Amino acid sequence: MSTLEGSLSILKNPAIIMYLLKGIAFTIVLSVVAVILGILIGSLLALARNYCTSAKTRIFKWLATSYIEIFRNTPLLLWIFICLVFFPVPKALSGPMFGLSSVEVKLLVKASAALILFTSSVIAEIVRGGLNSVAQGQFEAGYSQGFSTIQVMIYIVLPQAYRKIIPTLLSQVITTIKDSSYLANVAVIELMSRVKTLLSSANNYNGTGTVNVSDVFVLFGFAALIYFIINFTLSSSVRYMQKHPRRFF
Amino acid sequence: MSGLFSLDAWEKVWVFKETFVIGFLNTITLAFFALILSLILGILFGLMATSEKKGLMILGRIYVEIIQNTPLILQLSFLYYALAFSGNSIGIIPTGIITLGFYHGAYMAEVVRAGIESIPTGQFEAAQSQGFDYIGKMYYIILPQSIKIILPPMVNQIVNLIKNTSCLYIIGGSDLISLTYSFVTGASTGGAYAPAYFLTGILFFIICYPLSSIASVWENSLKMRDQKTIDLPAEGTVNG
Repeated sequence: MSTLEGSLSILKNPAIIMYLLKGIAFTIVLSVVAVILGILIGSLLALARNYCTSAKTRIFKWLATSYIEIFRNTPLLLWIFICLVFFPVPKALSGPMFGLSSVEVKLLVKASAALILFTSSVIAEIVRGGLNSVAQGQFEAGYSQGFSTIQVMIYIVLPQAYRKIIPTLLSQVITTIKDSSYLANVAVIELMSRVKTLLSSANNYNGTGTVNVSDVFVLFGFAALIYFIINFTLSSSVRYMQKHPRRFF
Repeated sequence: MSGLFSLDAWEKVWVFKETFVIGFLNTITLAFFALILSLILGILFGLMATSEKKGLMILGRIYVEIIQNTPLILQLSFLYYALAFSGNSIGIIPTGIITLGFYHGAYMAEVVRAGIESIPTGQFEAAQSQGFDYIGKMYYIILPQSIKIILPPMVNQIVNLIKNTSCLYIIGGSDLISLTYSFVTGASTGGAYAPAYFLTGILFFIICYPLSSIASVWENSLKMRDQKTIDLPAEGTVNG
Protein backbone atom coordinates (compact mmCIF):
# COMPACT_ATOMS: atom_id res chain seq x y z
CA MET A 1 0.00 0.00 0.00
CA SER A 2 1.42 3.38 -0.98
CA THR A 3 1.67 6.05 1.71
CA LEU A 4 -0.84 8.28 -0.03
CA GLU A 5 -3.47 5.55 -0.12
CA GLY A 6 -2.80 4.95 3.54
CA SER A 7 -3.29 8.63 4.31
CA LEU A 8 -6.48 8.78 2.31
CA SER A 9 -7.79 5.75 4.17
CA ILE A 10 -7.65 7.85 7.36
CA LEU A 11 -10.46 9.98 5.96
CA LYS A 12 -12.49 6.86 5.15
CA ASN A 13 -12.63 5.87 8.80
CA PRO A 14 -16.18 6.81 9.93
CA ALA A 15 -15.08 7.45 13.53
CA ILE A 16 -12.48 9.95 12.35
CA ILE A 17 -14.92 11.67 10.01
CA MET A 18 -17.35 12.01 12.91
CA TYR A 19 -14.55 13.41 15.07
CA LEU A 20 -13.67 15.98 12.40
CA LEU A 21 -17.30 16.90 11.71
CA LYS A 22 -17.76 17.67 15.39
CA GLY A 23 -14.65 19.83 15.19
CA ILE A 24 -16.16 21.74 12.26
CA ALA A 25 -19.39 22.19 14.21
CA PHE A 26 -17.47 23.54 17.20
CA THR A 27 -15.54 25.94 14.96
CA ILE A 28 -18.73 27.34 13.43
CA VAL A 29 -20.73 27.54 16.65
CA LEU A 30 -17.82 29.11 18.50
CA SER A 31 -17.30 31.75 15.81
CA VAL A 32 -20.99 32.61 15.52
CA VAL A 33 -21.34 32.90 19.31
CA ALA A 34 -18.18 35.02 19.49
CA VAL A 35 -19.46 37.37 16.80
CA ILE A 36 -22.96 37.70 18.32
CA LEU A 37 -21.62 38.42 21.80
CA GLY A 38 -18.98 40.59 20.15
CA ILE A 39 -21.70 42.68 18.50
CA LEU A 40 -23.46 43.14 21.86
CA ILE A 41 -20.34 44.09 23.82
CA GLY A 42 -18.83 45.94 20.87
CA SER A 43 -21.93 48.09 20.39
CA LEU A 44 -21.90 49.14 24.03
CA LEU A 45 -18.20 49.96 23.78
CA ALA A 46 -18.69 51.90 20.56
CA LEU A 47 -21.61 53.90 21.99
CA ALA A 48 -19.60 54.68 25.13
CA ARG A 49 -16.54 55.71 23.16
CA ASN A 50 -18.52 57.90 20.79
CA TYR A 51 -21.19 59.55 22.91
CA CYS A 52 -20.11 59.57 26.58
CA THR A 53 -18.59 63.01 26.23
CA SER A 54 -20.20 64.97 29.06
CA ALA A 55 -18.18 65.57 32.20
CA LYS A 56 -20.16 63.01 34.20
CA THR A 57 -19.94 60.15 31.73
CA ARG A 58 -16.46 60.79 30.36
CA ILE A 59 -15.06 57.98 32.49
CA PHE A 60 -17.00 55.45 30.37
CA LYS A 61 -15.50 56.88 27.20
CA TRP A 62 -12.01 56.45 28.66
CA LEU A 63 -12.74 52.93 29.83
CA ALA A 64 -14.15 51.90 26.46
CA THR A 65 -11.28 53.53 24.58
CA SER A 66 -8.61 51.84 26.66
CA TYR A 67 -10.39 48.48 26.40
CA ILE A 68 -10.56 48.76 22.62
CA GLU A 69 -7.00 49.97 22.18
CA ILE A 70 -5.49 47.41 24.57
CA PHE A 71 -7.19 44.46 22.90
CA ARG A 72 -6.59 45.69 19.37
CA ASN A 73 -2.88 46.14 19.90
CA THR A 74 -1.97 42.87 21.57
CA PRO A 75 -2.12 39.36 20.10
CA LEU A 76 -5.11 37.08 20.61
CA LEU A 77 -2.86 34.26 21.78
CA LEU A 78 -1.70 36.38 24.72
CA TRP A 79 -5.33 36.81 25.81
CA ILE A 80 -5.98 33.09 25.42
CA PHE A 81 -3.05 32.38 27.74
CA ILE A 82 -4.18 35.07 30.17
CA CYS A 83 -7.75 33.77 30.26
CA LEU A 84 -6.53 30.21 30.78
CA VAL A 85 -4.99 31.32 34.05
CA PHE A 86 -7.21 34.13 35.25
CA PHE A 87 -10.68 33.78 33.75
CA PRO A 88 -13.14 32.52 36.37
CA VAL A 89 -15.40 29.75 35.06
CA PRO A 90 -18.91 29.82 36.54
CA LYS A 91 -20.08 26.58 38.16
CA ALA A 92 -22.86 26.12 35.62
CA LEU A 93 -20.33 25.95 32.81
CA SER A 94 -17.77 23.64 34.36
CA GLY A 95 -19.53 20.28 34.19
CA PRO A 96 -19.18 17.79 31.34
CA MET A 97 -21.33 18.66 28.32
CA PHE A 98 -21.50 18.33 24.50
CA GLY A 99 -19.69 15.01 24.89
CA LEU A 100 -16.64 16.72 26.40
CA SER A 101 -15.04 16.08 29.77
CA SER A 102 -15.31 18.78 32.40
CA VAL A 103 -11.64 19.72 31.93
CA GLU A 104 -12.23 20.22 28.22
CA VAL A 105 -15.36 22.26 28.87
CA LYS A 106 -13.45 24.54 31.24
CA LEU A 107 -10.70 25.01 28.65
CA LEU A 108 -13.32 25.73 26.02
CA VAL A 109 -15.06 28.35 28.17
CA LYS A 110 -11.80 30.07 29.05
CA ALA A 111 -10.44 30.11 25.52
CA SER A 112 -13.73 31.24 24.02
CA ALA A 113 -13.89 34.01 26.60
CA ALA A 114 -10.59 35.27 25.21
CA LEU A 115 -11.93 35.02 21.66
CA ILE A 116 -15.09 36.92 22.62
CA LEU A 117 -13.21 39.68 24.47
CA PHE A 118 -10.82 40.07 21.55
CA THR A 119 -13.52 40.00 18.87
CA SER A 120 -15.67 42.54 20.71
CA SER A 121 -12.86 45.09 20.59
CA VAL A 122 -12.58 44.69 16.82
CA ILE A 123 -16.34 44.84 16.35
CA ALA A 124 -16.51 47.96 18.54
CA GLU A 125 -14.39 49.79 15.99
CA ILE A 126 -16.54 48.48 13.13
CA VAL A 127 -19.74 49.66 14.86
CA ARG A 128 -18.11 53.00 15.56
CA GLY A 129 -17.37 53.37 11.87
CA GLY A 130 -21.07 52.74 11.21
CA LEU A 131 -22.16 55.22 13.87
CA ASN A 132 -19.84 57.89 12.49
CA SER A 133 -21.34 57.46 9.04
CA VAL A 134 -24.87 58.33 10.26
CA ALA A 135 -25.47 61.95 9.37
CA GLN A 136 -25.74 64.49 12.21
CA GLY A 137 -29.15 65.57 10.88
CA GLN A 138 -30.59 62.19 11.87
CA PHE A 139 -29.95 62.93 15.55
CA GLU A 140 -31.44 66.39 15.27
CA ALA A 141 -34.46 65.09 13.40
CA GLY A 142 -35.00 62.49 16.12
CA TYR A 143 -34.73 65.05 18.92
CA SER A 144 -37.09 67.42 17.13
CA GLN A 145 -39.70 64.67 17.07
CA GLY A 146 -39.47 64.36 20.84
CA PHE A 147 -37.32 61.21 21.03
CA SER A 148 -35.00 60.87 24.02
CA THR A 149 -31.30 60.17 23.46
CA ILE A 150 -31.78 56.44 24.09
CA GLN A 151 -34.77 56.27 21.77
CA VAL A 152 -32.84 58.13 19.06
CA MET A 153 -30.08 55.55 19.40
CA ILE A 154 -32.34 52.50 19.36
CA TYR A 155 -34.89 53.55 16.74
CA ILE A 156 -32.96 55.85 14.44
CA VAL A 157 -29.19 55.74 14.65
CA LEU A 158 -28.30 52.12 15.43
CA PRO A 159 -30.49 50.54 12.72
CA GLN A 160 -28.88 52.75 10.09
CA ALA A 161 -25.40 52.09 11.46
CA TYR A 162 -25.91 48.30 11.53
CA ARG A 163 -27.25 48.24 7.99
CA LYS A 164 -24.12 50.00 6.77
CA ILE A 165 -21.73 47.61 8.47
CA ILE A 166 -23.32 44.28 7.47
CA PRO A 167 -20.59 43.49 4.90
CA THR A 168 -17.80 44.42 7.33
CA LEU A 169 -19.41 42.31 10.04
CA LEU A 170 -19.59 39.33 7.70
CA SER A 171 -15.89 39.78 6.92
CA GLN A 172 -15.36 39.77 10.66
CA VAL A 173 -17.10 36.39 10.86
CA ILE A 174 -14.49 35.10 8.39
CA THR A 175 -11.69 36.54 10.50
CA THR A 176 -13.19 35.03 13.63
CA ILE A 177 -13.48 31.59 12.02
CA LYS A 178 -9.81 31.86 11.15
CA ASP A 179 -8.94 33.24 14.57
CA SER A 180 -10.70 30.35 16.27
CA SER A 181 -7.86 28.16 14.97
CA TYR A 182 -5.67 29.90 17.56
CA LEU A 183 -7.54 27.83 20.09
CA ALA A 184 -5.70 24.81 18.70
CA ASN A 185 -2.71 26.10 20.66
CA VAL A 186 -4.35 25.20 23.93
CA ALA A 187 -5.88 21.94 22.67
CA VAL A 188 -9.46 23.01 22.53
CA ILE A 189 -11.73 20.92 20.43
CA GLU A 190 -12.28 22.86 17.22
CA LEU A 191 -11.31 21.73 13.72
CA MET A 192 -7.66 22.84 13.67
CA SER A 193 -6.75 21.21 16.97
CA ARG A 194 -8.47 17.98 15.97
CA VAL A 195 -6.54 17.81 12.71
CA LYS A 196 -3.34 18.42 14.61
CA THR A 197 -4.17 15.67 17.09
CA LEU A 198 -4.92 13.30 14.22
CA LEU A 199 -1.61 14.07 12.53
CA SER A 200 0.37 13.16 15.63
CA SER A 201 -1.36 9.79 15.79
CA ALA A 202 -1.65 9.21 12.04
CA ASN A 203 0.68 6.20 12.25
CA ASN A 204 -2.12 4.26 13.96
CA TYR A 205 -4.54 4.78 11.14
CA ASN A 206 -2.70 4.92 7.82
CA GLY A 207 -1.52 1.34 7.87
CA THR A 208 2.17 2.12 7.41
CA GLY A 209 3.09 2.54 11.08
CA THR A 210 4.80 5.92 10.57
CA VAL A 211 3.64 9.49 10.01
CA ASN A 212 4.33 10.40 6.38
CA VAL A 213 4.34 13.60 4.38
CA SER A 214 1.21 12.45 2.60
CA ASP A 215 -0.61 12.46 5.97
CA VAL A 216 0.25 16.14 6.33
CA PHE A 217 -1.11 16.84 2.87
CA VAL A 218 -4.28 14.82 3.30
CA LEU A 219 -5.22 15.98 6.81
CA PHE A 220 -4.25 19.64 6.55
CA GLY A 221 -5.52 19.71 2.99
CA PHE A 222 -8.88 18.46 4.23
CA ALA A 223 -9.00 21.14 6.95
CA ALA A 224 -7.93 23.82 4.47
CA LEU A 225 -10.69 22.74 2.10
CA ILE A 226 -13.32 23.00 4.84
CA TYR A 227 -12.14 26.42 5.98
CA PHE A 228 -11.96 27.54 2.37
CA ILE A 229 -15.50 26.41 1.54
CA ILE A 230 -16.97 28.19 4.57
CA ASN A 231 -14.98 31.39 4.21
CA PHE A 232 -15.15 31.62 0.44
CA THR A 233 -18.94 31.35 0.54
CA LEU A 234 -19.02 34.16 3.09
CA SER A 235 -16.54 36.39 1.30
CA SER A 236 -18.32 35.89 -2.03
CA SER A 237 -21.59 36.98 -0.47
CA VAL A 238 -19.86 40.01 1.04
CA ARG A 239 -18.58 40.94 -2.39
CA TYR A 240 -22.00 40.42 -3.93
CA MET A 241 -23.58 42.67 -1.31
CA GLN A 242 -21.01 45.38 -1.90
CA LYS A 243 -21.56 45.22 -5.64
CA HIS A 244 -25.35 45.46 -5.36
CA PRO A 245 -25.88 47.71 -2.35
CA ARG A 246 -29.38 48.75 -3.47
CA ARG A 247 -30.69 45.22 -3.14
CA PHE A 248 -29.71 44.97 0.51
CA PHE A 249 -29.54 48.43 2.04
CA MET B 1 -4.71 38.92 39.65
CA SER B 2 -2.93 39.29 42.98
CA GLY B 3 0.21 37.97 41.29
CA LEU B 4 0.55 41.26 39.45
CA PHE B 5 1.66 42.97 42.67
CA SER B 6 3.75 40.16 44.04
CA LEU B 7 7.34 41.27 44.44
CA ASP B 8 8.68 37.71 44.15
CA ALA B 9 7.05 37.19 40.79
CA TRP B 10 8.44 40.45 39.43
CA GLU B 11 11.86 39.52 40.75
CA LYS B 12 11.65 36.24 38.84
CA VAL B 13 10.84 38.13 35.66
CA TRP B 14 13.75 40.48 36.31
CA VAL B 15 16.19 37.59 36.82
CA PHE B 16 15.09 36.01 33.55
CA LYS B 17 14.76 39.29 31.65
CA GLU B 18 17.02 37.83 28.96
CA THR B 19 14.12 35.56 27.86
CA PHE B 20 11.94 38.55 27.08
CA VAL B 21 14.72 40.44 25.31
CA ILE B 22 15.47 37.44 23.10
CA GLY B 23 11.79 36.85 22.41
CA PHE B 24 11.23 40.50 21.60
CA LEU B 25 14.19 40.59 19.20
CA ASN B 26 13.04 37.36 17.54
CA THR B 27 9.57 38.77 17.06
CA ILE B 28 10.96 41.98 15.57
CA THR B 29 13.32 40.11 13.22
CA LEU B 30 10.54 37.80 12.15
CA ALA B 31 8.14 40.68 11.59
CA PHE B 32 10.75 42.70 9.68
CA PHE B 33 11.67 40.03 7.14
CA ALA B 34 8.07 38.86 6.80
CA LEU B 35 7.08 42.48 6.14
CA ILE B 36 9.62 42.83 3.34
CA LEU B 37 8.44 39.58 1.75
CA SER B 38 4.80 40.59 2.09
CA LEU B 39 5.47 44.02 0.53
CA ILE B 40 7.20 42.44 -2.45
CA LEU B 41 4.39 39.90 -2.92
CA GLY B 42 1.71 42.51 -2.25
CA ILE B 43 2.99 44.95 -4.88
CA LEU B 44 3.59 42.13 -7.38
CA PHE B 45 0.16 40.54 -6.98
CA GLY B 46 -1.57 43.90 -6.61
CA LEU B 47 -0.17 44.95 -9.99
CA MET B 48 -1.11 41.57 -11.44
CA ALA B 49 -4.70 41.96 -10.24
CA THR B 50 -4.99 45.36 -11.96
CA SER B 51 -3.22 44.36 -15.17
CA GLU B 52 -5.21 43.79 -18.32
CA LYS B 53 -3.89 40.27 -18.84
CA LYS B 54 -6.59 37.76 -17.90
CA GLY B 55 -4.14 35.01 -16.94
CA LEU B 56 -2.25 37.21 -14.48
CA MET B 57 -5.50 38.46 -12.97
CA ILE B 58 -6.76 34.93 -12.38
CA LEU B 59 -3.44 33.86 -10.89
CA GLY B 60 -3.51 36.83 -8.51
CA ARG B 61 -7.12 36.11 -7.56
CA ILE B 62 -6.39 32.44 -6.78
CA TYR B 63 -3.46 33.41 -4.55
CA VAL B 64 -5.49 35.97 -2.63
CA GLU B 65 -8.57 33.77 -2.20
CA ILE B 66 -6.68 30.69 -1.05
CA ILE B 67 -4.55 32.59 1.45
CA GLN B 68 -7.29 34.85 2.80
CA ASN B 69 -9.83 32.08 3.29
CA THR B 70 -7.71 29.66 5.30
CA PRO B 71 -6.27 30.26 8.78
CA LEU B 72 -2.67 31.35 9.19
CA ILE B 73 -2.09 28.66 11.81
CA LEU B 74 -3.14 26.00 9.31
CA GLN B 75 -0.82 27.36 6.62
CA LEU B 76 2.05 27.53 9.07
CA SER B 77 1.57 24.00 10.40
CA PHE B 78 1.10 22.72 6.88
CA LEU B 79 4.36 24.18 5.63
CA TYR B 80 6.27 23.24 8.76
CA TYR B 81 5.11 19.64 8.98
CA ALA B 82 5.27 19.05 5.24
CA LEU B 83 8.91 20.17 5.29
CA ALA B 84 9.68 18.31 8.50
CA PHE B 85 8.18 14.96 7.47
CA SER B 86 9.81 15.08 4.05
CA GLY B 87 13.17 15.72 5.71
CA ASN B 88 13.71 19.24 4.38
CA SER B 89 13.15 21.23 7.57
CA ILE B 90 14.42 24.81 7.20
CA GLY B 91 14.00 25.90 10.80
CA ILE B 92 11.17 27.56 12.65
CA ILE B 93 11.98 31.23 12.08
CA PRO B 94 12.47 30.92 8.28
CA THR B 95 9.25 28.89 8.04
CA GLY B 96 7.52 31.64 9.99
CA ILE B 97 8.94 34.36 7.76
CA ILE B 98 7.75 32.59 4.62
CA THR B 99 4.24 31.84 5.94
CA LEU B 100 3.70 35.28 7.46
CA GLY B 101 5.09 36.91 4.32
CA PHE B 102 2.76 34.99 2.05
CA TYR B 103 -0.24 35.43 4.36
CA HIS B 104 0.08 39.18 4.69
CA GLY B 105 1.24 39.46 1.08
CA ALA B 106 -2.30 38.49 0.09
CA TYR B 107 -3.75 41.28 2.24
CA MET B 108 -1.18 43.77 0.95
CA ALA B 109 -2.10 42.75 -2.60
CA GLU B 110 -5.74 43.62 -1.92
CA VAL B 111 -4.69 46.95 -0.40
CA VAL B 112 -2.52 47.79 -3.42
CA ARG B 113 -5.27 46.70 -5.80
CA ALA B 114 -7.86 48.89 -4.07
CA GLY B 115 -5.43 51.82 -4.17
CA ILE B 116 -4.74 51.46 -7.88
CA GLU B 117 -8.42 50.91 -8.71
CA SER B 118 -9.34 54.13 -6.90
CA ILE B 119 -7.42 56.15 -9.51
CA PRO B 120 -9.72 57.33 -12.33
CA THR B 121 -9.19 55.63 -15.72
CA GLY B 122 -8.47 59.01 -17.25
CA GLN B 123 -5.14 59.07 -15.42
CA PHE B 124 -4.09 55.77 -17.04
CA GLU B 125 -5.16 56.97 -20.46
CA ALA B 126 -3.47 60.34 -20.01
CA ALA B 127 -0.22 58.61 -19.04
CA GLN B 128 -0.47 56.30 -22.03
CA SER B 129 -1.17 59.16 -24.41
CA GLN B 130 1.99 60.88 -23.17
CA GLY B 131 4.01 57.84 -24.19
CA PHE B 132 4.75 56.37 -20.75
CA ASP B 133 5.47 52.66 -20.76
CA TYR B 134 3.88 50.41 -18.07
CA ILE B 135 6.62 50.91 -15.47
CA GLY B 136 6.80 54.64 -16.07
CA LYS B 137 3.03 54.99 -15.93
CA MET B 138 2.82 53.14 -12.62
CA TYR B 139 5.90 54.72 -11.07
CA TYR B 140 5.37 58.37 -12.05
CA ILE B 141 1.60 58.70 -12.37
CA ILE B 142 -0.44 56.02 -10.62
CA LEU B 143 1.48 54.96 -7.50
CA PRO B 144 2.22 58.50 -6.22
CA GLN B 145 -1.54 59.22 -6.33
CA SER B 146 -2.65 55.95 -4.79
CA ILE B 147 -0.02 55.85 -2.04
CA LYS B 148 -2.13 57.96 0.32
CA ILE B 149 -5.02 55.53 -0.07
CA ILE B 150 -2.73 52.53 0.28
CA LEU B 151 -0.74 53.58 3.35
CA PRO B 152 -3.32 53.58 6.19
CA PRO B 153 -4.61 50.02 5.58
CA MET B 154 -1.05 48.92 4.93
CA VAL B 155 0.03 50.16 8.35
CA ASN B 156 -2.93 48.25 9.85
CA GLN B 157 -1.62 45.14 8.11
CA ILE B 158 1.80 45.73 9.65
CA VAL B 159 0.16 45.80 13.09
CA ASN B 160 -1.63 42.53 12.30
CA LEU B 161 1.61 41.02 11.09
CA ILE B 162 3.37 41.88 14.33
CA LYS B 163 0.50 40.40 16.35
CA ASN B 164 0.43 37.29 14.18
CA THR B 165 4.06 36.44 14.93
CA SER B 166 2.50 34.78 17.99
CA CYS B 167 1.19 31.93 15.84
CA LEU B 168 4.71 30.49 15.79
CA TYR B 169 3.84 29.01 19.15
CA ILE B 170 2.05 26.10 17.48
CA ILE B 171 5.26 24.84 15.89
CA GLY B 172 7.31 25.55 19.02
CA GLY B 173 8.68 28.90 17.98
CA SER B 174 11.02 31.25 19.82
CA ASP B 175 9.02 34.45 19.42
CA LEU B 176 7.97 36.63 22.34
CA ILE B 177 4.69 34.84 23.10
CA SER B 178 6.14 31.34 22.88
CA LEU B 179 9.11 32.21 25.10
CA THR B 180 6.80 33.92 27.60
CA TYR B 181 4.63 30.83 27.74
CA SER B 182 7.55 28.47 28.25
CA PHE B 183 8.83 30.89 30.90
CA VAL B 184 5.61 30.86 32.93
CA THR B 185 5.16 27.10 32.61
CA GLY B 186 8.82 26.11 32.93
CA ALA B 187 9.86 23.88 35.84
CA SER B 188 12.44 26.24 37.31
CA THR B 189 10.96 29.54 36.17
CA GLY B 190 7.22 28.93 36.32
CA GLY B 191 4.45 30.63 38.20
CA ALA B 192 5.02 34.32 37.50
CA TYR B 193 1.99 34.48 35.20
CA ALA B 194 0.71 37.98 35.83
CA PRO B 195 3.96 39.97 35.53
CA ALA B 196 5.19 37.96 32.55
CA TYR B 197 1.95 38.35 30.58
CA PHE B 198 1.75 42.00 31.61
CA LEU B 199 5.27 42.64 30.33
CA THR B 200 4.62 40.83 27.06
CA GLY B 201 1.39 42.74 26.58
CA ILE B 202 3.17 46.04 27.17
CA LEU B 203 5.93 45.13 24.70
CA PHE B 204 3.37 44.39 21.98
CA PHE B 205 1.34 47.47 22.86
CA ILE B 206 4.24 49.91 22.61
CA ILE B 207 4.97 48.80 19.04
CA CYS B 208 1.41 48.34 17.81
CA TYR B 209 -0.39 51.26 19.43
CA PRO B 210 1.61 54.07 17.75
CA LEU B 211 1.29 52.33 14.38
CA SER B 212 -2.46 51.78 14.59
CA SER B 213 -3.01 55.32 15.90
CA ILE B 214 -1.08 56.79 12.98
CA ALA B 215 -3.15 54.67 10.62
CA SER B 216 -6.50 55.78 12.03
CA VAL B 217 -5.54 59.48 12.22
CA TRP B 218 -4.38 59.26 8.62
CA GLU B 219 -7.54 57.51 7.53
CA ASN B 220 -9.76 60.05 9.27
CA SER B 221 -7.99 63.03 7.73
CA LEU B 222 -8.42 61.42 4.30
CA LYS B 223 -12.11 60.88 4.98
CA MET B 224 -12.55 64.48 6.12
CA ARG B 225 -10.87 65.72 2.97
CA ASP B 226 -13.11 63.52 0.84
CA GLN B 227 -16.18 64.85 2.60
CA LYS B 228 -15.05 68.42 2.05
CA THR B 229 -14.54 67.86 -1.66
CA ILE B 230 -17.91 66.15 -1.96
CA ASP B 231 -19.77 68.72 0.13
CA LEU B 232 -18.38 71.81 -1.61
CA PRO B 233 -20.63 71.95 -4.67
CA ALA B 234 -23.67 71.07 -2.55
CA GLU B 235 -23.08 74.07 -0.31
CA GLY B 236 -23.15 76.42 -3.25
CA THR B 237 -26.37 75.13 -4.73
CA VAL B 238 -28.57 74.06 -1.83
CA ASN B 239 -29.06 76.13 1.26
CA GLY B 240 -28.32 74.03 4.39
